[in-house]
Amino acid sequence: MCRSCPVVEEHEWWVHRTVTPVPRVARMRDASPYVLWFDEYTEDDRPRVGGKNASLGSMITAGLPVPPGFAVTTDAYESLRSHPDLVAHVRGLLDPLDVSDSRLLQKVAAEIREAIVALPIHADIEEAIRTAYAQLSAHCGSPAGPEQGIGVAVRSSATAEDLPDASFAGQQDTYLWITGADSVVEHVRRCWASIFTDRAIAYREQFGYDYRQISMSVGVQKMVDPRAAGVAFTLNPSTGDRSQVAIDASWGLGESVVSGEVTPDNFLVDKVLREVVERTISDKAIEYRRVDGVVTVCEVEDERRTVQCLTDEEICAVAAMARRAEKHYGRPQDVEWAIDRDLPDGDNVILLQARPETVWSKAPRASVSHGAYDPLTSIVSTLVSPMHRKNQ
Amino acid sequence: MGENRFPSPFELPTPEGAEGWEELYPYSVLFSEGRRDYEDQQFWFMDSMHWGWAMSPWDADHLMYAIASLSQYNSRHYLVPPANGIDFRVHLGYPYFSPVGIADEAEIGARVPQFMERAGHYFANWDSLYDNWLEKVKANIAELESVDFSPLPEVEPLEIVTSGRGVGTGWDLQAEYHRFQDLAQKIWQYHFEFLNLGYAAYLDFFGFCKQAFPSIPDLAIAKMVAGIEVDLFRPNEELKNLAQKAIDLGVADAFANPDDVDKVHAVLESDAGREWLAAWDEISQPWFNFSSGTGFYYYDKTWLQDRSTPYGFIADYIAKLQAGEDISRPIEEIRAERDRIVEEYSELLASDEDREAFAGKLGLARTVFPYVENHNFYIEHWSMSTFWKKSRELGEMLVKEGFFTQADDVYFVRREEMDNLLFDLYSAWAVGASPAGPHYWPNKVTKRRAIVEALQKSRPPKALGPPPAVVTEPFTIMLWGITTDSIDMWLNPDEGGAITGMAASPGVAEGPARVVFNADDIGDVRDGEILVAPITAPSWAPVFSKIKATVTDIGGLMSHAAIVCREYGVPAVTGTGQATTSIATGDMIRVDGNTGKVTKL
Repeated sequence: MCRSCPVVEEHEWWVHRTVTPVPRVARMRDASPYVLWFDEYTEDDRPRVGGKNASLGSMITAGLPVPPGFAVTTDAYESLRSHPDLVAHVRGLLDPLDVSDSRLLQKVAAEIREAIVALPIHADIEEAIRTAYAQLSAHCGSPAGPEQGIGVAVRSSATAEDLPDASFAGQQDTYLWITGADSVVEHVRRCWASIFTDRAIAYREQFGYDYRQISMSVGVQKMVDPRAAGVAFTLNPSTGDRSQVAIDASWGLGESVVSGEVTPDNFLVDKVLREVVERTISDKAIEYRRVDGVVTVCEVEDERRTVQCLTDEEICAVAAMARRAEKHYGRPQDVEWAIDRDLPDGDNVILLQARPETVWSKAPRASVSHGAYDPLTSIVSTLVSPMHRKNQ
Repeated sequence: MGENRFPSPFELPTPEGAEGWEELYPYSVLFSEGRRDYEDQQFWFMDSMHWGWAMSPWDADHLMYAIASLSQYNSRHYLVPPANGIDFRVHLGYPYFSPVGIADEAEIGARVPQFMERAGHYFANWDSLYDNWLEKVKANIAELESVDFSPLPEVEPLEIVTSGRGVGTGWDLQAEYHRFQDLAQKIWQYHFEFLNLGYAAYLDFFGFCKQAFPSIPDLAIAKMVAGIEVDLFRPNEELKNLAQKAIDLGVADAFANPDDVDKVHAVLESDAGREWLAAWDEISQPWFNFSSGTGFYYYDKTWLQDRSTPYGFIADYIAKLQAGEDISRPIEEIRAERDRIVEEYSELLASDEDREAFAGKLGLARTVFPYVENHNFYIEHWSMSTFWKKSRELGEMLVKEGFFTQADDVYFVRREEMDNLLFDLYSAWAVGASPAGPHYWPNKVTKRRAIVEALQKSRPPKALGPPPAVVTEPFTIMLWGITTDSIDMWLNPDEGGAITGMAASPGVAEGPARVVFNADDIGDVRDGEILVAPITAPSWAPVFSKIKATVTDIGGLMSHAAIVCREYGVPAVTGTGQATTSIATGDMIRVDGNTGKVTKL
């Protein structure tokens, strides 16, 4: 029973995401040089996977759960780029180009991109991408084929020698909800080609970079399809208590919580005991869901409306993830998270976004000890005023 | 709270059948016209946490010994700055307490240096004083054991004459009784030597944690402090060992029907069986001086007295062991978990100064805690069961002398009346005529038993008199968990009929309720049920491996039920005040040990 509604802007659900060690996807023993899983590479691999992919990897290392996926390494792009036909073709087009002629620039850029997309890929590369995609799909409980499989984001992750962050120099094309191996391969090519958008070419020309300095890795990452989602604060927003995580959660995408369209379930979790210490289950009338590829507001069936939308295990997993983000960033955090419906239990909590908490973190924290500790003075003052009980 | 007040003791009706109840207790603990002006102005709360049932005269003696001792340490030994003693009364069979605080700030201030010197001595020398305490308590128990209530001889032994002793066994018997009561009172002197200071140190740490983390669960604080090697858990651990031993010796089948102790023993008539029984004997002293109740009532039975309870637990453990379960206490895990909790809270504190105070307070709380946990075994269980055992011996002797019809008639004679009774016995023996007692006591005791029974059925109010504007007296808060809020709740009970109490052990569980009023019925509890009881005793611990959750009428966070539940990881809500009256066996209920809510489904 969905009432159709305008498409909500499709978020790049995987941006800033973090997942616990990618639920280790079953993978080939003999790793191909062309594919590296997110949880597999180290900081040393940064030049081969690009800045974006590398940061996903470092989040995984910090225990922050981004959705699983893999990087198609720069080795793949470079084997293509060094194709003699392409080299000659590109040089012939770019060398005489005046980038201030925007119409010409547009035409040349399109021509180069078409050439790249049309170029046959080395069979080993294509095989590596298809295999990895099939493994990722299988992990998410979805059979894969040329036209079927799990929905992924295909995203460029540019890199450049001696340039700490080359994102500016390559274009950051992203394709969401790509399904099927054929389409994944095609969109990997499009990412490669995106080095030659007119904007990128003009940019390089202006700042004196050579396109040959730029390389391109591509990330292929599972799209999040939230069964439930929400926000979490790594402190109690009403008391400022840092020993608690406060979680708001509702069915479907996090939009309904963030926009305030539903009263979410609310949980307080003790960070240390790792237990739910307070819960309020609300009537959750609507949810945002993807229906036929379109994000749609749906009415929640009666059976689910007043049911707690997370299991206690999931609540604790969300809290633990928020706490890891807090530790990773060294300050209280306000995080957006989702429970992915395709991933196996225990690995399905996904971090979508983390930003610093601003309300309680503004003021410096008051110390609760009064001067140097002296046991007897302290006991006397406790006996004279057993004030802690007044808080209860 | 406005004009809301609790009833005056002077306006409460006597329950039917309890007329004349006053004669069960000494005049000094009754509300009376002479002190009425004072008594009517005071707030009195019922201590149902320790004495949840109407008391016999001998039960009441321990209440008086206990509260006088508690008071004496506050008022005369340590000079606790804001608190003197706890005034106490017995009304309609139940104890009512009224804390005597000190309001005058100058007086409080003047007591501070004395308190620091006196209490400071205890805190500074805690471990050696505690070791010394253990020796004193054991010596007191040994003395109690030595009390001799033998019947008077037909003729004095010759030696009494030839030694020129000058006094006879009739005098001895009376002197033994005096010694007995003196030792009984000493139990309570020792009990409170450390308790108030121990709780103060605990409260100091507790308050600090609550300030630093306003929503920290009480349980988390308890977990940081609680001991790992605790004598209070030892009896239960020994039952596990005996279960394993029964399996190792091949006599596990003997426990197929543990309620029938004679039958168990009949099956154990073998070399292996005797070896098992020898192992039981070896460990039973002192560890099975363990009451199935609180130890405060004459009818509470110890594991030594009635083996059906511990045999039942052994049977459960055998079944678990045979099913391949690991029933040992995971000491390493408990320790690691405790250290982790401490480290993580410490890390969450605002400053290094806070971390230093946290560490200091935690250290002191841990220093005092062995006493806080273990005194329960040494006093409530071992000392008290020795007291009750000797009392029974006295009763048995008086049955033989014709004063009583059954041994436990002794508990219905007030302690000063017992002095007269023994003089009656002695003088008739001396004179060679009949004592009056055999014509006097049986009827008296029958009447008093009926009164206690009638009092048992009626629950007087939780409190009497005007409520205090705010509860500040530290011991009311510390020992009984009574706060301004809880008093407010007594005055204005929740309309929705929700059952709420203290969130004493976390977790949520649903299941059928099993209402258990006393230890004899503990065997009825089935796997997967939720135990609902007025109060639970540490000796019920083994049943906690069967049940899904516990709800009690009485008890705070440091109550025995709470400690045991946390140990077993069973959700618990304590101090609901009404669980056993609102819930019936078989009701499906949900217990939320995180929020303290109990819901009927």
